[in-house]
Amino acid sequence: MLLELVDVEVAYGAVTALRGVRLTVDNGEIVTLLGANGAGKTTTLRTISGLLRPRAGQVLLDGEPLSKIPAHQLIRRGVAHSPEGRRIFPAMSVRENLLMGAFHDRKHVAEDLERVFALFPRLKERVSQAGGTLSGGEQQMLAIGRAIMSRPRLLLLDEPSMGLAPLVVQTIFEVIAQINATGVAVLLVEQNAAQALKIANRGYVLETGQVVLEGPAGELLADDRVRQAYLGEDVGPPESPAAPPVQVGEKIL
Amino acid sequence: MTTTATHPSPAPPTPSGSGLPPSIGKWLTEALFGRAGLRMLAVCLGLGVLSAIVTGPGSTADEPFDGIRRSVIDPRIVTFLLLGVALWVVVRVTPLVWPILVRGFEPARAQVTELSRQRYSPIGLNLALLAFAILIPLALGAPARQSLVNDIAIYALLALGLNVVIGYAGMLDLGYIAFFAIGAYATAYFTSEKAINVHSPVILNPFFVFPIAFVLAAIAGVILGGPTLRLRGDYLAIVTLGFGEIIQLIANNSEFTNGPRGAFGVPHLSIHVFGFHYEWGQDPLPYYYLLLGLIVITMIAFGQLERSRIGRAWAAIREDEIAAEATGVPTLRLKLLAFAIGASVSGFAGVMYASKQFFNPQTFSLQASFLVVTLVIFGGMGSRLGVVVGTVILQGLAFVLRDLVPATDRLIYFGAVVIIMMIFRPQGVIPSRRRKREIKLSEAGIGGADSLGAAPTAAGSQT
Repeated sequence: MLLELVDVEVAYGAVTALRGVRLTVDNGEIVTLLGANGAGKTTTLRTISGLLRPRAGQVLLDGEPLSKIPAHQLIRRGVAHSPEGRRIFPAMSVRENLLMGAFHDRKHVAEDLERVFALFPRLKERVSQAGGTLSGGEQQMLAIGRAIMSRPRLLLLDEPSMGLAPLVVQTIFEVIAQINATGVAVLLVEQNAAQALKIANRGYVLETGQVVLEGPAGELLADDRVRQAYLGEDVGPPESPAAPPVQVGEKIL
Repeated sequence: MTTTATHPSPAPPTPSGSGLPPSIGKWLTEALFGRAGLRMLAVCLGLGVLSAIVTGPGSTADEPFDGIRRSVIDPRIVTFLLLGVALWVVVRVTPLVWPILVRGFEPARAQVTELSRQRYSPIGLNLALLAFAILIPLALGAPARQSLVNDIAIYALLALGLNVVIGYAGMLDLGYIAFFAIGAYATAYFTSEKAINVHSPVILNPFFVFPIAFVLAAIAGVILGGPTLRLRGDYLAIVTLGFGEIIQLIANNSEFTNGPRGAFGVPHLSIHVFGFHYEWGQDPLPYYYLLLGLIVITMIAFGQLERSRIGRAWAAIREDEIAAEATGVPTLRLKLLAFAIGASVSGFAGVMYASKQFFNPQTFSLQASFLVVTLVIFGGMGSRLGVVVGTVILQGLAFVLRDLVPATDRLIYFGAVVIIMMIFRPQGVIPSRRRKREIKLSEAGIGGADSLGAAPTAAGSQT
């Protein structure tokens, strides 16, 4: 097992954020972590990457506990974290941002840059522009690009679709699938459950710090509770006909 | 348009007393005597009165308001009120005529922009500055030369060191002068039998104390930084402030340091190699050139450091510490490194100072620490040339003011210059390119790297 969380409990002071989370990610998988705001998704990722420490339970990478390993060394172990809100370096150029991703290992920088530019041609066009002046979608591309500069085995992505236009979300998810196809396991935190479940192998649903539902992505997509809570569908009769799609050119009002 | 009279001017000219075209007259009246204009007049007159009081006669303990009363009735006040009116006119009228002025200057401005875009040879510029720095003391009198060493060159070196901490790594260190004290007292301990109440078993030439002070200050930096660099922005500032105070209090109260009397008779620097003997004596010039050499070497070394991978990692820490940690930057270790480098430069400067000059605990006051912070921010955080030029300007100003205004008032002018600077040019005299970009972006609400190390938390942590 690549990554395993065993009964992880995390607290911010007196507030318990995670209560006994169990979760696994195997080599080459895409696993998605769904849940509403405040369910503990970001906390889970931050605990895995060492930015937070569990109060109880363990995070295991290749079966070894990570409790003593500082966050910045995790990248050497093959875990890259693209944090919530993208957190690119705003005053650094696109190129510098990407170089930061390869901070610990500079042997393959040129090659890795090319790989990122192949995935995101848009970044190549803006290579010397300041990160903070990019559009939201480009910043997300940069955040993902920076994360994969370190050649991770496991990529932690925190809400890559946040605040992006649907078309851009589409692109981002396609690239995530491409990255996964090269053998990188992905743990994907998302609110956009429909998109996430489409590319994921398995999924977990978090509610108030606990895993309330888990299973293969297909099963979760079909689950009434997921459809109602996260896909915004009206779960009436199982085969309720979808509303007729609006024709192009048709007057809506 | 002038030849054909088919379009008569639609607006018939109205008579105007001032002879100006009506729109400009109205314009001015509105700008000066409108609501905002009158409010500004009140502010400017208030500033005039305030300046009159500040620069006027002082009060006694018995009559605390006597000074104010005498300032206000003195005819001098008229000058200040007129200055206030002038300020009012300038402040209100400049924005109106600014576009016209700018249009007039457009060709020149374009030329300057063009010049600044061109990749001029920085080596040529730097050599010119260096030549200036070498020649300038020859044109100065003895007191100015002393000041050039004690107030400018030493502080430029200190500012360069603190620039690594503040400008590169984005941490606010308010106790920086403590490392300077450590260097100075180490020199007294190692080089003289009587400078302070203790001395080392082996008496050394001050030159040998440079590496010792370098290491000692770095160790002190690591000891202080190790447990405290985990703290964010403001907390770190308070802890370092406390450290600076502790060192000064120890210097003041310990038997070993000779207490408030300070250290007398630390020998001057001297070289004795292969029959060659030279001693730096009372004359400030040799010290000046030695310091100049040190400053140049430091600037070159820090330039390399800034462009290195470490420099980029510091920039990352400054911009977003969490993201830096997540991308594999050992943030704590690099912050410690910046702290230790800054401290050792300060220790170095301490050796220079001690061998040049009598010192006592007063030399290492809180005010000195604040002064170095001010020099760095004034000159331009992160810019090596900027902090040196800033030091020359501010400390030069202090020297000039020494003869012009009473000693007690000097800091008022000093403060005013710094405040004005921060309002109109917060990025400093010569900002670093990266810092300029950071400030511009953070004014647009992106990132927070100009807030001195308080890592931006805009993206927030979700529970």
